Amino acid sequence: MDLVSNLALGFSTALSPENLAFCLIGVLLGTLIGVLPGIGATATIAMLLPITFKLEPVSSLIMLAGIYYGAQYGGSTTAILINMPGESSSAVTAIDGYQMARKGRAGAALSIAALGSFFAGTVSTFLVAIFAIPLTAIALKFGAAEYFSLMVVGLVSSIALAHGSIVKALAMVALGLLLGLVGTDIYTGTPRFTLGIREYADGLNFVAVAVGVFGIAEILRNLEGEKTRSLLMAKVSGLWPTRDDFRRMAGPVLRGTAIGSALGILPGGGAILAAFASYTVEKRVSDNPGEFGQGAIAGVAGPESANNAGAQTSFIPLLTLGIPANPVMALMVGAMIIQGIVPGPNVATEQPTLFWGIIASMWIGNLMLVVLNLPLIGLWVKLLTVPYYVLFPIIMAFCSIGVYSVNSNVYDLYAVALFGLGGYLLVKLRCEPAPLLLGFVLGPLLEENLRRAMILSRGDPTTFVTRPISAFLLALALAVLIIVFLPSVKKKREEVFQEED
Amino acid sequence: MKQLQFDSTNAICGLTFIALGGFFIYQCLNLDLGTAFRMGPGYFPLILAAILTLLGVVVLVQATRVRGEPMGPLALRGMLFILPAPVFFGLTVRGLGFVPSLFFAALIAAFASSRMKPLLAVVLAGAITLFSVLVFSYALGLPFERFGPWTRL
Repeated sequence: MDLVSNLALGFSTALSPENLAFCLIGVLLGTLIGVLPGIGATATIAMLLPITFKLEPVSSLIMLAGIYYGAQYGGSTTAILINMPGESSSAVTAIDGYQMARKGRAGAALSIAALGSFFAGTVSTFLVAIFAIPLTAIALKFGAAEYFSLMVVGLVSSIALAHGSIVKALAMVALGLLLGLVGTDIYTGTPRFTLGIREYADGLNFVAVAVGVFGIAEILRNLEGEKTRSLLMAKVSGLWPTRDDFRRMAGPVLRGTAIGSALGILPGGGAILAAFASYTVEKRVSDNPGEFGQGAIAGVAGPESANNAGAQTSFIPLLTLGIPANPVMALMVGAMIIQGIVPGPNVATEQPTLFWGIIASMWIGNLMLVVLNLPLIGLWVKLLTVPYYVLFPIIMAFCSIGVYSVNSNVYDLYAVALFGLGGYLLVKLRCEPAPLLLGFVLGPLLEENLRRAMILSRGDPTTFVTRPISAFLLALALAVLIIVFLPSVKKKREEVFQEED
Repeated sequence: MKQLQFDSTNAICGLTFIALGGFFIYQCLNLDLGTAFRMGPGYFPLILAAILTLLGVVVLVQATRVRGEPMGPLALRGMLFILPAPVFFGLTVRGLGFVPSLFFAALIAAFASSRMKPLLAVVLAGAITLFSVLVFSYALGLPFERFGPWTRL
């Protein structure tokens, strides 16, 4: 069995003391930022990215992945205890989780969330392991035209999942792609859009753009209306769910895992949508729909499982195709490139320890989260009492160090300020930054594959529809685009995002 | 007469997209376009910039149909103190060196909140600097000069 030996290799890599330590640091950091509202996983990973290039590639990716799924756990803790989701993916958990906490069942709600997430994490880690190899085999058949079409699918899906206006999201993708093209043209060596600044000849620094658009814009938004956070903390007691709770959570956990795994694989998909979809499904299949919003166990167990499963399976497109499914995965691409690894189907064959080590570490990380998080809840809640204004200078200092240390280029720091301002203004104009960042990462790849495909077909654009895989992918992209523009879907989509706000 | 309705946020948004698109189109004019067979450096960006401009027009037109919420206040104080922090760090990290540059950058950012007290800001900036020097400079060994040429007289 290949799978068994591959997983054995993965676990032997992930279980080395060093990698275990980095996995632990990752999940702890992730939980920490998940608990603190206002700074998300994307900004944190962006800031820590430069620091990781001193580490071994495997260790650095294990740590970054740990931050990502750790943040999901941390986010649900605050959602349940103080009705304030630390991460957007736990917004749904807050609805019923907080109600459970108010009824004195905070401990049970936290355990249900943790156990559901762990189960979903286990299943979806296996899914990643099972699907990785066959998908890699398909990906190796990909030519320039297929890659181009695949990236189009990813970009279109990111639009479908963005909040607000679809037209604006499309515009953000176009803007992101254009910003990605800043720098020297690889075919002719012509500098493009550098405004004569030589320091931008290698392109805008990805870390600088990510930190600016996500981190700084978020800080500025928090500074708008400074309010005191009131802490109405529910007392945590009776951590272990009753037998009846277990019986009632089984179904939602299984359904949530299935929904989350499927939605996570889609490029552009991810944890947020999975959580919402699961909540809707649970409400529909429940014998007692009136219970939802009043502390339904299914309303915690389902979405929590779904968001964790989605978080794990979103690694599949990254590991097999080298295509990032969401901004966090885009940062993982950045981390791989810093380490000199070209993301794509070759990673599995050329770097088996890295590939399987990451997969195995996800399961270990999930286990750590269950074991560590429940006893540490008191500590996390204490952290919430740290006033916000103390965090800003800390974040800014780490941003500056992080961005500067990538290439010791001071122009990257000016780019941070510029993109922070730009990102903030775009948020004020009700534009979503996620499609922009995805476009920024994919811009150069998209152009390169387009030009290569056109050269290979001797200038014949029908190459994209005559090659079967490429045609299928483009049809998929078109279908997604048509679906999101359908009036009924558009309305439903607006409702879903309305609930979240 | 019926009052003219329009969504000011989306109108500004549309105009911004048009302006950005126009800027990129203008820049593309100096680049070689090439042909579809052998695309020059300007071909793909020109298409994208045209799409961006077009979407800007769509947003602008849509904005005239509905009345939207206003944009809300801007975090002016935040922008005034947060944004200069990385710029200051960039301008001085080579001259002053890592330690003083980081201290002042953190100090500037600290005043972004109207609740920050001067004493707390200094203590906080000092603590951040100490922590960062220990972690980034000593433990991780990032190649920063701790005190730069400007500090030596």
